[in-house]
Amino acid sequence: MSQPSALVPSMDPLTTTTPPPQRAEETRPASVAPPSAISMRGFNSWYGTNQVLHALDLEIAPRQVCGFIGPSGCGKSTLLRWINRMNDTIPGARAEGTLSLHGIDLLDKTLDVVDLRRRVGMVFQKPNPFPKSIFDNVAFGPRLHRVYSRTDLEELVEQSLRASALWNEVKDRLDSSALGLSGGQQQRLCIARAVAIGPEMLLMDEPCSALDPRSTASIEELIRELRASYTIVIVTHNMQQASRVSDATAFFYEGRLIESGPTDILFTNPKNRQTEDYVSGRFG
Amino acid sequence: MMSGRAIATSRRLLKNRLFLYGCLAGTSIAILVLCVLMISIAIEGWSSVSWHFLDSFASRKPAQAGIKAPLMGSVWVCVICALVAIPMGIGTAIYLEEFAKHSRIKRLIQLNISNLSGVPSIVYGILALAAFVRFFGISSSDDHWSIGDSESFFYLHFPFGPSVLAGGLTLALVILPIMIIASQEAFRSVPQSLRQGALALGSTQWQVIWRVSLPAALPTIMTGAILAMSRAIGEAAPLLVIGGFLLVFHTPTNLMSDFTVLPLQIFNWAGRPQGEFHKLAAAAILVQLVVLLVFNSAAIILRHKLQKPLQS
Repeated sequence: MSQPSALVPSMDPLTTTTPPPQRAEETRPASVAPPSAISMRGFNSWYGTNQVLHALDLEIAPRQVCGFIGPSGCGKSTLLRWINRMNDTIPGARAEGTLSLHGIDLLDKTLDVVDLRRRVGMVFQKPNPFPKSIFDNVAFGPRLHRVYSRTDLEELVEQSLRASALWNEVKDRLDSSALGLSGGQQQRLCIARAVAIGPEMLLMDEPCSALDPRSTASIEELIRELRASYTIVIVTHNMQQASRVSDATAFFYEGRLIESGPTDILFTNPKNRQTEDYVSGRFG
Repeated sequence: MMSGRAIATSRRLLKNRLFLYGCLAGTSIAILVLCVLMISIAIEGWSSVSWHFLDSFASRKPAQAGIKAPLMGSVWVCVICALVAIPMGIGTAIYLEEFAKHSRIKRLIQLNISNLSGVPSIVYGILALAAFVRFFGISSSDDHWSIGDSESFFYLHFPFGPSVLAGGLTLALVILPIMIIASQEAFRSVPQSLRQGALALGSTQWQVIWRVSLPAALPTIMTGAILAMSRAIGEAAPLLVIGGFLLVFHTPTNLMSDFTVLPLQIFNWAGRPQGEFHKLAAAAILVQLVVLLVFNSAAIILRHKLQKPLQS
């Protein structure tokens, strides 16, 4: 939308003054003591010549659910896809600034993205199980990374399916096709698949937007349970969802981080007017 | 006003019905012509099909002539053709669909492949004659290097001469563009979300292809391969150009053997003046159709086997 070369320098001070990125840090140490899982500084991203993210400063605490909210096209999915470098598959995508996971520079061209993606799992907007059996879907990731014996794999698959609250529904038909599951079950299967490779972090890109309310409820419950073991970043269009599942929330608008902080504060007492308008449903 | 609308409606319905009848007529004419052909061939050829016919070599006497050599020749040539063209076709499609960036070179390759699929097969025969049979005349035919002697099963000589190997490679050239295009379509129909899912689990590009794209594309690729092989099995022209023999009195024993194929034998017999040979040609056509059906059903069964885990 905007011309980066002309607008970025002039916008830079604006983003550091109007929205309170520093405040995000100020509020965070109170709620979380350990160092951030994800930390970004002056993070910019482009698709071709179109700048989609502008000077983001954000810290994401470990073992918490962080929700990204904002209207469509505000860049939240793009940011998510930089964390596991899925943007590498998009020609013309590039980024500048600092983005690190536990101190590892995620923008390093020589970074082993295969290993990164093993540590950072991803769940997509539409459930995308492989056209294989339920068992093979969950075992797909583990089989990529090392050779397991069949019994180890069976155990791992069971653990992962239990972790994603799907085990009781599918334990008798592990060998039937994953495509026969309902949408909600497929999405939980995709979560099980991501959990099976033992990531430290899960990225969820609007995981419930293709699901009915009941399935959405079960996924949200699952997310709250998974929080104990994983750092979770969830992109959502649904503000109720963000307020239900996330500990911290970041509000994006037109590629800029407008406000971030603990969810209850951001929703009840936002500091920025745009945030207030958005969370109260006045726009977006 | 009302009646005008009613007329318009009935006219639309009439058009609809006429279109349906038109389509039905087209289909029935096609099937009818096919049936007439099949039946007339069956009537003419059936009496000549016997075990003796399958198990004897060509002869000047129609009563003793058989199709052992062309039948085995067809099998050899088609197997070689399949072994070369199918992996190469799939490989090319994988490169173009999964690896190649959108560039001018890719578009050029694409355009050429599309054009090549429309080139008459006899043109490939001329190319193959130069490339495989004569190696562009690099060495003269009487002084060629060889591995083994003509009795050994691994016998090879360079240039290949008019051998089964050259024949198989020629047919592979003919069907390669079809094979590539069919495989590309198959890879294109694999949803991008599956690739993304596999990548997000930490797959390398190779693992994405081997474990996700290829298995998902394989049933469609098999369909393409069936069509391509059906074409290969019926080709006579390019093999005639490279010097496929019309009269062969032995079955192939190694890659350098002389060969003939069923379409060539049919061509030969159908061109003779004696009516008995025309009957033999009809019988050979029957055999060829059966071979084709066997090939196709084998491929279809294989495809169903592959597809099963995807559907159940």
